Amino acid sequence: MKRFLKLAFMGLFLVLLVCGCTKKSVVLNVYNWGDYIDETVLKDFEKETGIKINYETFATNEDMYIKVKQGGTKYDVLVPSDYMIARMIREGLLEKIDIQKLKNYNALDKRFLGFQFDPKNEYSVPYMWGTFGILYNTKKVTDPVDSWAILWNPKYKKQILMMDSVRDCLAVAFLRLGFSINSTNKEELQKAKELLIQQKPLVLAYVGDNGKDMMAAGEAALAMSWSGDAVTVRKQNPDLAYVIPKEGTNLWVDSLVIPKNSEHKEEAFLFIDFLNRPEIAKRNVEFIGYATPNRKAFELLPPEVQKDPVAYPPNEILQRCHVYIDLGSFLEEYNKVWTEIKSE
Amino acid sequence: MKTVASRETRNLLQYPYLLWSSLFIVVPLVLVLWYSFTTPTPTGRYEFSISNYRRFFEPVYLRVMSRSILLAFEATLICLALGYPAAMIMVRLGSKWRNTLLLLLVLPMWINFLLRTYSWMVLLGRQGVLNQLLQWMGLPPQSILYSRGAVLIGMVYNFLPFMILPLYTSLSKIGKEQIEAAEDLGANRFDVFRRVIFPLSLPGILTGTTMVFMPAVSTFVISALLGGGQDMLIGNLIEQQFLSTGDWHFGSALSILMMVIILIAMTVVSLTDKGKTFEEGNLW
Amino acid sequence: MVKLRNHASLSKVYILLVLLFLYAPIGVLIIFSFNNLRSTSVWGGFSLRWYRELLQDRQILSALYYTLSIAILSSIISAAAGTVAAIGIHRMHPIARKVVLAINNVPVLNPDIVTGVSLMTLFTALRLRLGFTTLLLSHITFNIPYVVLCILPRLRQIPKEVTEAAMDLGATPPYVFFHVILPEIRSAIFTGFLIAFTLSVDDFVISFFTTGSGVNNLPIVVYSMARRGINPKINAVSSLLFITVFCLLMIINKRDTNIQKLEV
Repeated sequence: MKRFLKLAFMGLFLVLLVCGCTKKSVVLNVYNWGDYIDETVLKDFEKETGIKINYETFATNEDMYIKVKQGGTKYDVLVPSDYMIARMIREGLLEKIDIQKLKNYNALDKRFLGFQFDPKNEYSVPYMWGTFGILYNTKKVTDPVDSWAILWNPKYKKQILMMDSVRDCLAVAFLRLGFSINSTNKEELQKAKELLIQQKPLVLAYVGDNGKDMMAAGEAALAMSWSGDAVTVRKQNPDLAYVIPKEGTNLWVDSLVIPKNSEHKEEAFLFIDFLNRPEIAKRNVEFIGYATPNRKAFELLPPEVQKDPVAYPPNEILQRCHVYIDLGSFLEEYNKVWTEIKSE
Repeated sequence: MKTVASRETRNLLQYPYLLWSSLFIVVPLVLVLWYSFTTPTPTGRYEFSISNYRRFFEPVYLRVMSRSILLAFEATLICLALGYPAAMIMVRLGSKWRNTLLLLLVLPMWINFLLRTYSWMVLLGRQGVLNQLLQWMGLPPQSILYSRGAVLIGMVYNFLPFMILPLYTSLSKIGKEQIEAAEDLGANRFDVFRRVIFPLSLPGILTGTTMVFMPAVSTFVISALLGGGQDMLIGNLIEQQFLSTGDWHFGSALSILMMVIILIAMTVVSLTDKGKTFEEGNLW
Repeated sequence: MVKLRNHASLSKVYILLVLLFLYAPIGVLIIFSFNNLRSTSVWGGFSLRWYRELLQDRQILSALYYTLSIAILSSIISAAAGTVAAIGIHRMHPIARKVVLAINNVPVLNPDIVTGVSLMTLFTALRLRLGFTTLLLSHITFNIPYVVLCILPRLRQIPKEVTEAAMDLGATPPYVFFHVILPEIRSAIFTGFLIAFTLSVDDFVISFFTTGSGVNNLPIVVYSMARRGINPKINAVSSLLFITVFCLLMIINKRDTNIQKLEV
């Protein structure tokens, strides 16, 4: 054991040596989803401005929210999604964005501004967007796929993957029933719940990010899938196709925001503006593989990407897409219903 | 004088940890208790209430709780059944392999949990490695992934070392002399095990089951990934309250109730073999 | 004799099967670190691209540094503090001991999210800036109970008469500790240390809520990738870590054998 301890101490010493000292300069604390930026962009920003970036990552909007709200550590730029932005605005956690300071603001596509979660775009600058739809294996699905109803087809029993998320599953049920995906009507919620309970025996699994790997490996026939994942996974398995059903779907937007307790607001504006530069936004969207709300960056993309209806659906489909809003305390009802579905 | 000195050390040694645990365990626990007994009022203040606890006794939540306990119990039993022989074998190995084997047992656990679980999905899937092996041997493929069996495999996989290690330490204490003495007195192998080895290893069994069962009740990621997220477990439910719903009050009540239930269950278990197990009291 | 040999080989087979069970997934994830696709479960041909990209990834490298330093520091501190605590608890009055042990079990029992959030609240109330120190403190907090649980049963196996006899012969308490108690519980301290290290290296939830100021550990990096799918770079860094430790282990084992041979 002594030898082992010695080894452990040696390891610690080495590790401490490796840690170089960093120079004191302005440090910008960026809090983003994991793997959600081309890291060379961060290096370029540091080189250009001399501002050091402290980059941290989170796994869900809710995780991020608690950390920001508790305030034990301060951030300068965050990347929450739509409904979370609404919640943070409501609770006064966000700083107003001074558009005057963003030279590249007019590069943004007007279609992705003015959503309900921030109607006047006072607090948020869109970063990425996407939709979800049905990803299916053309070798296994013979029926036409154009409606969410196919996820209730008993023919595909134990071949269906649903997302392991309350709002996304309920959104599908609401859409199928013709209700709003932001419904706060208890009767509608009950109907959606019954529909999902009815579907449960058909579902192979409620999955997270591993769903796309399962589809690529041919483990299932049909799956709810993010558009960005569909783009990636179709390259791995050409039998897969992606459709946005006729009932419509959810459109999500992840946006850049500045928390109120940020200590480096000027630098945060510089960083947000940097990310809005068309060539930088293009690098990020190519790295991530989702869709960019930056019109000028979009124009720089190769034509086959621009024309891909999976990543960039045409306007008539976008009109059938809805953005989540913050449900406030009604979310509790959603969660209760979800617990009931999962306890059947 | 001697007794005074020994008493002084007796008193001193426990204090650092008492101090530490009051700050980092008791204070947070009091916070959780406070949350569990309050509800927010519309005016933004908090009032005393037991409604959080009352809510737990709805059938949905009771089902979630009993399902979690049952699953953890099964996983613990399998760990014990698999781990005990392994620990016994390790004790008999030469000293050079013992420590190496100990490290070999925990080494896989140093790799990220998510990666290991994803690897299990690759192994257990319909088109997975295991099924291809079965097909190659001419056997029918099984659908193991997204079943209860897969969840148990995952749980046993993640907790097995925490069972083997304490079993190993307590078994390694049992001297060869004791076994030989028993054998000299004419006991056969089974008797030696039943009368000598097993009773002496009980402290290790208790520690092992504690370290497997207690955390197993509140884990849920394994079930979500390998079981296909079909069932909600207590860990899920508590996390949902803290993160998604933002209802820390109900979440705290749930976790307090879970702790109380398990601690009572464990105490009952340890009371039943009181005296038989230890000369001076029991583990809890 | 024949029977004995059978028994020995059966034992070996059993241990090998247990190891196969533990190492099968590790093999899979090492294979996928050489994947040409950005996937940890769909094979797309051999490539070293993730190892190349890993060397450029300062987030993963810094996370590796923090993971290891927190794990080493917290497990050493917990093993030492846990030993003292276990001896202290062992000597307590039975009723007091029960209470302290129940408290000791709280971090083991509590869901990580509750421990994480309540520790975070405590640290912010104490006006501590979340970062390396708070991360270390919380790792020690959830590690010590496991060390105590490992050591207590072993202490209980030491007959009371042994320590009392030593005392009667005039041994000072430190002498009793180092020459009577410590040799008896050494292997328990070692297993406690191993368990603490293991828990620390792979903790996500508690670490996430108690860290800040740019201090990330590997689990945080991995989980935060979950929305987009885990990057095989993580497989690459895990494989490297695994193979390094594995080789070190084998070298030490080999050296021990050589020393034993020399001694014989």
